[in-house]
Amino acid sequence: MKIVKLVIALLVFASTIQAQSPEEKGLSVARAADKADQGFESSLVNLKMVLRNKQGQESTRFMENKTLELTEDGDKSLIVFKSPKDVEGTATLTFTHKTTSDDQWLYLPAIKRVKRISSDNKSGPFMGSEFAYEDLSSNEVEKYGYKFLKNEQFNGSNNAVVEQDPVDPKSGYKRRVVWYNLDKNYRLEKIEFYDRKNSLLKTLTYSDYKQYEGKYWRAGKFLMVNHQTGKETELFFEDWDLKSGLADTDFSQNSLRRAGR
Amino acid sequence: MEKLKRMSGQFGIAWAKWVIKRRWIVLILSILTFLAMGFGMSKLAFDGDYRVFFSKDNPQLQAYETFQRKYTQDDNVLIVVEPKDGKTFSKESLAAIEQLTTDSWQTPFSSRVDAITNFQHTYAVGDELYVEDLADNVGERNPDEIQKIKKIALSEPLLVNRLLNEKGTVSAVNITVKLPGEAITEGPEVTAYVREMVAKFEEAHPNLKTHLSGMIMLNSAFFEASAQDSSTLIPLMFLAIVLTIFLATRTISGTFSALLIIIFSIAAGMGFAGHLGIKLTPPSGAAPIIIMTLAVADSIHILITLMQGMRRGLPKREALIESLRVNFMPVFITSLTTVIGFLSMNTSEVPPFRDLGNITAVGMIAAFLFSVTALPAMMAILPVRVKVKEATVARSNKFFESIADLVIARRMPVLITSLVIIFGFGYLAFQNQLNDEFIKYFDSKISFRQDTDFISDNLTGIYNVEFSLGSGEPGGINNPGYLQKLQDFERWLEQQSEVIHVNSYAEVARQVNQSMHGDSLQYYAMPTNREEAAQYLLLYEMSLPFGLDLNNQINVDKSESRLTATIKNISTLEMVAFAKRAEEWLRSNTPANMHTLGISPTMMFAYLSGRQVLSMVTGTGLAIVLITIVLIFALRSLKYGLMSIVPNITPIAVGFGIWALLEGSINVGVSIVFGMTLGIIVDDTIHFLSKYLLARREHGYSVADAIKYAFTTVGRALLVTTIVLVSGFAILAQSSFGMNSGMAKMTSIIIVVALIIDFLLLPALLLVFTPEDKEEKLQAQPVASTE
Repeated sequence: MKIVKLVIALLVFASTIQAQSPEEKGLSVARAADKADQGFESSLVNLKMVLRNKQGQESTRFMENKTLELTEDGDKSLIVFKSPKDVEGTATLTFTHKTTSDDQWLYLPAIKRVKRISSDNKSGPFMGSEFAYEDLSSNEVEKYGYKFLKNEQFNGSNNAVVEQDPVDPKSGYKRRVVWYNLDKNYRLEKIEFYDRKNSLLKTLTYSDYKQYEGKYWRAGKFLMVNHQTGKETELFFEDWDLKSGLADTDFSQNSLRRAGR
Repeated sequence: MEKLKRMSGQFGIAWAKWVIKRRWIVLILSILTFLAMGFGMSKLAFDGDYRVFFSKDNPQLQAYETFQRKYTQDDNVLIVVEPKDGKTFSKESLAAIEQLTTDSWQTPFSSRVDAITNFQHTYAVGDELYVEDLADNVGERNPDEIQKIKKIALSEPLLVNRLLNEKGTVSAVNITVKLPGEAITEGPEVTAYVREMVAKFEEAHPNLKTHLSGMIMLNSAFFEASAQDSSTLIPLMFLAIVLTIFLATRTISGTFSALLIIIFSIAAGMGFAGHLGIKLTPPSGAAPIIIMTLAVADSIHILITLMQGMRRGLPKREALIESLRVNFMPVFITSLTTVIGFLSMNTSEVPPFRDLGNITAVGMIAAFLFSVTALPAMMAILPVRVKVKEATVARSNKFFESIADLVIARRMPVLITSLVIIFGFGYLAFQNQLNDEFIKYFDSKISFRQDTDFISDNLTGIYNVEFSLGSGEPGGINNPGYLQKLQDFERWLEQQSEVIHVNSYAEVARQVNQSMHGDSLQYYAMPTNREEAAQYLLLYEMSLPFGLDLNNQINVDKSESRLTATIKNISTLEMVAFAKRAEEWLRSNTPANMHTLGISPTMMFAYLSGRQVLSMVTGTGLAIVLITIVLIFALRSLKYGLMSIVPNITPIAVGFGIWALLEGSINVGVSIVFGMTLGIIVDDTIHFLSKYLLARREHGYSVADAIKYAFTTVGRALLVTTIVLVSGFAILAQSSFGMNSGMAKMTSIIIVVALIIDFLLLPALLLVFTPEDKEEKLQAQPVASTE
């Protein structure tokens, strides 16, 4: 029954987008994707990051990620680093905002202090990887301008390809091109990142998807390839724990200190 | 032996008759060959990358490529901005620089842009860490804020002497580019973009003047130097050649035909390069000029004899046959030795010179073939007008006779004086110093040289030495022990007189440590705890913007960091000495994992000519052996073949001695000349000795008379060809590219010295070492068997 409903919804949706401009159509895809992911409340996941340079040399790090879903503002997230040993217990707390700069704090266990990062820079490499912080933070609809490009068959599914233009002038990107899987509840399949001079910089591919709670698609693996340097980074996610019962109090500066212990 | 001689003459006659009979077919086939070979020229492309000067197995290149794989490969463009009023920190200048920095991100293949405006200024307020552009939205800043920016910038060790001078009158925007290396047009694309950008910038800001440097601009300069040579030297060379041929032969159709032969030969050499996919470089780009210079001799020899015969009253056909009879062998042998000389360049350490050698060798082979096919064919077809006149004894023969008389009368003094002078210059030759400062490859006509000199005088150094310092374990760069040693090395380098600036992770570590302790000056020091250092680094890295990360200074697993020492304009010998001193300091003061070698493009060039000289020893040795064997056969005498080594090699020693007095420093281009000049100067010896031996063997002359005979018959011709060769190389010596001009200058000197030695030392040697009383047999006798 659910699937039938979904198909009907999609058909209705498809018929409405006929009359839209590419910008409106892009925005509506983004909204639909945002809506499709609503209601997971909070998530908890362990992840492994593998950095690999052009010569195949690897470096691995582990971390834990907690996310709290918010609808009126951007999500809150807390990342705790488990390795390398030097930074074990270091944790970041981020409040994403829909229209203003995100707030970010870092707990440094070596000096047992929380430091606030007052920087608009969200595009530098995350832990030396090919992911920028902005690639990993939550995809708030308001952070981009949209333009629907085309529908495309991708990996045997029907995809909407939408261009996203970052609103933040500090973004490292001129634009991103995102593949939304229309057959799988708008889950992301691929993102291409174009640098400021509009050359293809990186491609992020999602794989090993699993559906949770009968609704939410979560990828088991992110692969980010930098085309300009030949370096790549893989993110492996253990089982996602959705609706994990986390509360606002788990995303405070105190919880940041606690998480680090 | 006489049979052989006669046979070669007969071969020449038969050849000439055949060519004349089938002149049209020969000409058409020649033209078709020219077109087929010349078609390759359409595939020629210029490779300006400085890396072309290094062979794949060059250890410095390999070390540098390994180094670049650890960090990021960075070629760069340095845009230096000079406000005419000297005020970098005026609102207007600063705002313009901010805009230029933003625009620079649009440069094709750019991965990073560093300037004073986007410098990541780090400071703290309480527990808040600020990492932000030193100067953004300059247009909205008030004078106080701009003063503050100025104060911070001028006291920032990571900026001063690198992107900003101490007085604050000149600053720079450094664009790092990563070329994918898929097409050789990538570098020129960057250059074109940057040039257009700065042109617009200067137009919009008349107070600001820009200067361009960096590795990408170096690559462009290679191209521009070559283009400059092609557009100025080649037309000049053509003019010189037309003039020379006409003056020597006095025939318009002959001059025209010879010119065609030369064009055919160039097309063959350059087409060969195109067909084989050899990329043009400044040295190999000089091949047409060298082919022209050398190919002209073949044509002149054949035409002169033709015209002499016709002036004596011979019909054109007979004169042509006579010319080929006389010249076929000498032209063949001199071409052969020249080809051997140029092929010996294949042992060179520098690939473009191997290409130059091979292209010229092919051109010379073509010149020989066309000179004995297309040239006589055309001369048989075209009308040749000539006035029959009595053979006049050239005035200059008197001059050569007097030289002969002098040598004969004072053989011992001439021999001893010559040898003393040769040994004197030979000693001086070793006083030359190898020097390959790549900026000095370009003369002041090339904008790269002007701009780079400006930068050296006003902002920072162009040369640098890189060190990748290992910590021995992943994450080890956060080890306080490592950081302390890194700082010690940095401090030591800063005290060295050669060093202008040191850029290393140590400065970042100190600044972040300070900011983490409320910007307290006493914490402007290395962190003392490894976890602390690692966590500060994590925090700092998270705060950096796109493209300004530390990946260019720290490797992936944080086990090594990079240190760059910018050094003054010193000779490459001093650079090598400096690098060795630094390497030695590391060995005596740091743990084994930090021991490393200083590397960089600068160092690659610094070691290049030393390696080149070593590699040329084999090539030159081989050339000497092969050329001597050719001479033994050509002169049909082991004794004279071996004796010829003396006048063939000594000019090179003397040439380098003279160079020591004139210039004193040798670059890669100069060091290449051994083999190639050998192949050229040997012609003098061949001509002189063959005429001498002819007189002795056929006419039964005494040694003294045979020497006189040699002087009067070939003295003038040798002088003329020397003038032709020297003027050709003198034109190439005007090249704006130092390797080419050095090579050409040295070759000119050696050719002149070779003639002098052939006129003085060679006859003296013949006189002193030939037993006068005994009638010499044609068979060879060892040189040692003397009176």
